[in-house]
Amino acid sequence: MKISTTKRLERLNERYGNGDISRRSFLTLTAAAAASVGLSTPWIGRALAAATEVRFDGWGGVVQEAIDKYAFQAYTQKTGIKVVQGTFGDEDEIITKIKTSKPGDFQVIHSSGVNYYIKYVNAGVNSEINEANIPNMANVLAPMIEPFRKITPKISAVPYDYGTTGIAYNNKVISDDEAKEKGVGLLFDKKYAGKVGGYSDMTTRVWYAALQSGQDPNNIQDMDAVWAKVRENRDLAKKFWSSGAELMDLLSKGEIVVTDAWSGRVAALQQQGHPIGYIDPKGSYAWMEDMLVLKGSPMPECEELINFMLEPATSIAVAEGQNYPPSLDPTKVKLGDKIPTLPAFDPTGSMKALTFADPVYWATNEDAWNKQWDRISKGA
Amino acid sequence: MGMTKGWKLYDPRLAWMLVAPVLLLLLLFLLLPIAVMGVYTFFTFVTAGVETSALTFANWKEFLTDSYYHGFLLKTVRVGAMTAIICAVLGYFPAYFIWATTFRHKWLLLLLLIVPFWISFTIRTFSWIHILGEQGIINVTLLKLGLIDQPLQMLYTEGAVIMGLLHFLLPYMILNVYVSLESIDRTLISAARSMGCTSAQAFREVTLPLSLPGLGAGLLLCFVLAAGSYVTPQLLGSGRDALFGNLIYDTIMGQLNWPMGATLSIVLFVVLGCFAAAYTRYMGMSQIVKGLGG
Repeated sequence: MKISTTKRLERLNERYGNGDISRRSFLTLTAAAAASVGLSTPWIGRALAAATEVRFDGWGGVVQEAIDKYAFQAYTQKTGIKVVQGTFGDEDEIITKIKTSKPGDFQVIHSSGVNYYIKYVNAGVNSEINEANIPNMANVLAPMIEPFRKITPKISAVPYDYGTTGIAYNNKVISDDEAKEKGVGLLFDKKYAGKVGGYSDMTTRVWYAALQSGQDPNNIQDMDAVWAKVRENRDLAKKFWSSGAELMDLLSKGEIVVTDAWSGRVAALQQQGHPIGYIDPKGSYAWMEDMLVLKGSPMPECEELINFMLEPATSIAVAEGQNYPPSLDPTKVKLGDKIPTLPAFDPTGSMKALTFADPVYWATNEDAWNKQWDRISKGA
Repeated sequence: MGMTKGWKLYDPRLAWMLVAPVLLLLLLFLLLPIAVMGVYTFFTFVTAGVETSALTFANWKEFLTDSYYHGFLLKTVRVGAMTAIICAVLGYFPAYFIWATTFRHKWLLLLLLIVPFWISFTIRTFSWIHILGEQGIINVTLLKLGLIDQPLQMLYTEGAVIMGLLHFLLPYMILNVYVSLESIDRTLISAARSMGCTSAQAFREVTLPLSLPGLGAGLLLCFVLAAGSYVTPQLLGSGRDALFGNLIYDTIMGQLNWPMGATLSIVLFVVLGCFAAAYTRYMGMSQIVKGLGG
């Protein structure tokens, strides 16, 4: 049976008091017990620190800078709880890290919506949030919460923002009129061979290939046609980027002139004065992001953090900083002047104008499609 | 001395005690993880991020029967070999120069070799984007001089990957060759010259053969490091320029398929291990140790 150090010391003291052990043995054993405390301190320290620290992992770059500036710093000032931050370029990367770590090492993840939510649930690393501790959830768009509830009635994530992956193009080379006329076709236009980019991600690649082959990305009938389009796009592409920073770098340096791109990152480039245009063609890939709490996290602290992040003032400031509309219902909360101008913003709050991926459909096909995409991306 | 009472300098007990901590570390942090990976290759993949310990040969069967993997393995060996050979050709002369020079501050030349290691490997790799890219220094200069109308496609090619690997590996080659040259008894060269050799003949008959162990060690080191790299092809290559390491990364991190990822890792480990073993058989591993310590 495992006994605590305190208990062990108490027993030793008792035995010493009873004269069961000599003074010399008592001191030796006490020293040994103390040494074991010293050795285990790193772990004990961590467990204790959990109450004064929350670990957050996000996408880095301008997005995380905004979250840090408008939410975390204010939260730490108000509560004294420090937010320890990490970043990832690809969410699968953080899932791998979570799999190899102890519960509690990673706590809050800025996750990419329902498609990824399923992965955490499958891996058994999701928690259960006490929604009563997050009163600000009342302002969150119901159509954004529902998909999560379909997967786990007791949710472990709260939707935080949404955006689209539309088409970004260099205005010096491609006019707005041309972009409107060609839409998704721009990614497959031989005229721009060697100057096309794209997100190195199966979902995005298959989504746009499905649109280009005239199919519904949430109900693909002819997968061969989709893979043929994925290959066609690959052969025109100069580079498939793998992080927001790389996307911004490739576009701003003129290495690529057209790419599918995250709306917020393009807005950031436009604000920096780069001549970059952006359109959401019909069926453009919409996604949402959520704050996901992992199993083993200090739940009250994490819930408090999320509630703080959902405060309208904080949420709006973050949204304006990261250029993605917040998950707050525009019919309940006044969102200011900038947010309604952001790409992807839905003023009705119904989210019906946006096409999200059907999580169950995509989860069913994900393993096989990921494998195939990996091969095609490497020239197969 | 009281403390060393009963010990001799070459006492095997003392030797074992001195190497014991390192052996323990090797066992815990190298052999054990590799063994765990070996076991993982027989696990069953269920879905992204989920596997069961039900034992199967499916991963090995997939590797052995799928030409996609064989193609990348051969390509990785080819890129590794090309990089190592170019390193040898480019690296021999600087090593020879540093060895032969009568420059008083030779240490400065050796220091220059080590300076690149002061900057992070990833940043050094990224720097090539600004050299080889469309807006990079080469293209901008050539365009301004009117020598080309369109920027040359240099970045995201196999050439760029090899260039990045050369940048990273050249110092290893130079140091290995230099250490080998340093150990040559210079009187042998004088003897060759006094017996009528021209300096070119003396180089061909004496210096070059005696420096071959260093060159061999450099070749092996550069080959193994190049064939095992994944950051350089990731940053400087297109998808087609991926090496076997990128396949492993994508299988583990992208598909979240650990059993297959472990299988591919063991394959690369065994293949590179075979090259190292062949080298040890013919050249002896001690030369690498010398080179690294040099």
